[in-house]
Amino acid sequence: MEMRDSQIAERLNETPPSKDRVAWVTGVGIVSSLGVGAAAHWEALSAAPVRRRVNTSDFAPYPVFPLTDIRLDDQIPNKADHRQMGRWQQIGVYAAGLALADAGLKGAPELLAMTDVSVAAGNGERDAGADANILKAVTAAPENAGALNAALQASLRPTLYLGELSNLLAGNISIVHGVTRSSRTFKGEEQAGVAAFRDAVERIRHGTSQSVLVGGACNAERWDALLSMEVGGCLWSGDPATVRQRGDAGGGIIPGSVGAFLVVEEAEHARSRGIRPYARVGSVAAERLDLPALPARPGEAAACANPLLRQLAQSPFDILSGASGAQPALKRELSWLAALDRAGLSRNVRHYGDVVGHGLEAHFLTGIALASISLSRGQFIPPFDEADEPANSSGSQRILVTGFGHWRGAGAALMAPIEVAA
Amino acid sequence: MMAGANLKDPRGRPAVVVTGFDVITSLGRGKADNWTRLIAGESGIHSIKRFPTTGLKTTVAGTVDFMGLEAYSAPALSLAMATAVAREAIAEAKIGTRRSFPGPLYLATPPTELEWPQRQALFTAEGNSDKKGYDRLLAAARTGKFAGLFSEFQFASVAEHLAEATGTKGLPVSLSTACASGATAIQMGVEAIRRGDTDAALCVATDGSVHAEALIRFSLLSALSTHNDPPERASRPFSKDRGGFVMAEGAGAFVLESYASAVARGARILGVIRGCGERADDYHRTRTHPEGLPIVSAMTSALADAACATAEIDYVNAHGTGTPENDKMEYLSLAKVFGERVHSLPVSSNKSMIGHTLTAAGAVEAAFSLLTIANGILPPTINNTHPDPDIKLDIVPNKSRQAKVSTVLSNSFGFGGQNACLVLSGEPV
Repeated sequence: MEMRDSQIAERLNETPPSKDRVAWVTGVGIVSSLGVGAAAHWEALSAAPVRRRVNTSDFAPYPVFPLTDIRLDDQIPNKADHRQMGRWQQIGVYAAGLALADAGLKGAPELLAMTDVSVAAGNGERDAGADANILKAVTAAPENAGALNAALQASLRPTLYLGELSNLLAGNISIVHGVTRSSRTFKGEEQAGVAAFRDAVERIRHGTSQSVLVGGACNAERWDALLSMEVGGCLWSGDPATVRQRGDAGGGIIPGSVGAFLVVEEAEHARSRGIRPYARVGSVAAERLDLPALPARPGEAAACANPLLRQLAQSPFDILSGASGAQPALKRELSWLAALDRAGLSRNVRHYGDVVGHGLEAHFLTGIALASISLSRGQFIPPFDEADEPANSSGSQRILVTGFGHWRGAGAALMAPIEVAA
Repeated sequence: MMAGANLKDPRGRPAVVVTGFDVITSLGRGKADNWTRLIAGESGIHSIKRFPTTGLKTTVAGTVDFMGLEAYSAPALSLAMATAVAREAIAEAKIGTRRSFPGPLYLATPPTELEWPQRQALFTAEGNSDKKGYDRLLAAARTGKFAGLFSEFQFASVAEHLAEATGTKGLPVSLSTACASGATAIQMGVEAIRRGDTDAALCVATDGSVHAEALIRFSLLSALSTHNDPPERASRPFSKDRGGFVMAEGAGAFVLESYASAVARGARILGVIRGCGERADDYHRTRTHPEGLPIVSAMTSALADAACATAEIDYVNAHGTGTPENDKMEYLSLAKVFGERVHSLPVSSNKSMIGHTLTAAGAVEAAFSLLTIANGILPPTINNTHPDPDIKLDIVPNKSRQAKVSTVLSNSFGFGGQNACLVLSGEPV
């Protein structure tokens, strides 16, 4: 039966394009070394000093923040699905489920069918044991041209490939959770997270999306990912240290396992279904090299062309910095933040990697999640250690989340409470 | 149809036109060589020479071996091809300068990681033979002697180098939606222009990943054709004796602009991206929903986005991978969208000649769609010696033919269930 042209026209969401729509965060799904869920994270972050969990033995000499224990069944009921994924995808699909439940979308197929998926992804885990076997086999027989092929065919499990493919995290989210409007997967380490979030927000603002499930996952507890970073000398070895301490000592990343997913939703749609939102999204900036410089003269920020700087100039804000600890990225970020400080625009800075580790593709979204939780509580995240200055808890605050890549890229998003203009 | 003087599309958005585009495939470098060979029904598929194929069930692919690389790696080849097509597209569009493009970059890039030559080099580095496996690899990494691998193999790497070479603005966006990626890159450029974020966007898709492990992985999933002899006949979309897809390499680049800004600077308009549609499949990781609903939805969304009636489509540039399942599902889904007309509407698969260029496919085939419109010639689906009686399509079998084509529907359906379709036209009315 041919689709009538009128039916075709009706298919698309007919709302006229507009830049006036507002994007809210209406669901948070977060799992890390600190625990499972928004409430558990706030509780963990409210205890000063924050009790960090770092594993210094299993991946020595590299410390990593390990994922807290999770029951996959809670978010992925079908055990057959577990086996189709590696750990990275399991973490992501789990966190996506948390976010959907938190936003009241779970068990609402008509809403899930209108929800887009926007994932920031790396690759899935290689089989380290298989790789070791293959290396042994080919180095034992260097003159044998067919040795690699034979070793690969013998060692690689067929469906392992699906666990490795970047876009299968989004694919598994669609399959397990029934989210089926559109699906995009962004790559590029930390900038994947910035790009995925920005794309979701832009589509909401422009009226081409109604709700977007956006997020990422990082499994820090894997040798292949550690190798990818260490060829560039990026990892921190030895005793755990804070982002600033590592930066002062030449730099180094401590990876952290995390799953961070958000539901970003158009405000009127959220209101109409009565969901209680966390926070409102202001400007999102994303650059290849550096974020726009703050104009030198006081008062010029409010009039400058860049929307992020204009919004920052409006009222005080705190900073959740996604600094990885790598240099010279940390130096560039601190220099940019210092200009905001000199202009009297910013207040407290927290490097949240200090308490959850560095989550690469998932890291910026982790910051957005923590900012959203914080704003919904009407209070900035308390200092991680007693030595820090006390938080300025004067009611509703705005939070700038930064995402400077350990190699390239610089992003930032201004998050605001629901009642306050961003 | 274009709304004319106000340069908006029928839905009131800035219309999006193409002012420059180029391709590289196993058929050759550049639009002209590719088109000549495509309409002659030539195949770019050949026996693999890049690595030993001892013991492999599939020994053919559409590799691109003429980029003059010092040493092959997927990111190096992907970058070389992407840079070449991007530069050609920008030069054709006469936009910006060679080192400065007035808009963002959307790049569809394959999922790359350290390959076996690099792993072996790390493993055999001196001084670590007492260690095993990844312990040994990390010990070699710690020496800092392999630092060059770092920037080559970061996931952001190809986009970073391409953005630096072309001077695109803002954060280069890298995306990977498997076989739909090339179409998604174009779609994201269209959206940015429609939102008014930019007047121009550079949309590139590239894939140079035919190495032993990638080939073996697809082979282990029984996805590849094993008709190795002769190689030119390995890819048989829509035929009864099809047996899987043929892995291939290539790149496509598009300069997209708002119609208004193209007209304002007197640019030559080479085509129009009228609409884009996308839909995720939640049925299975490698198989389509048996009713084809997500594929149908991707197509109808694209048509609706374009405000294009099915009757306006003159030709379908099929996804047409040549797997037993895809081709059947694509036919059934086309029948649901086009009804009885599906039996006479020409539908052909470029993949019969260039193989499956994976991440690049959506963009490469969009380019061939524009050339189809411009030249009024339908490229054939070759290797159709044994037609499939269950697929009642005019697949333009074996030989190209002339036809007036104004509007094309181009399909890209990805592994992992991400589906994207484009509606393309020639010059705006």
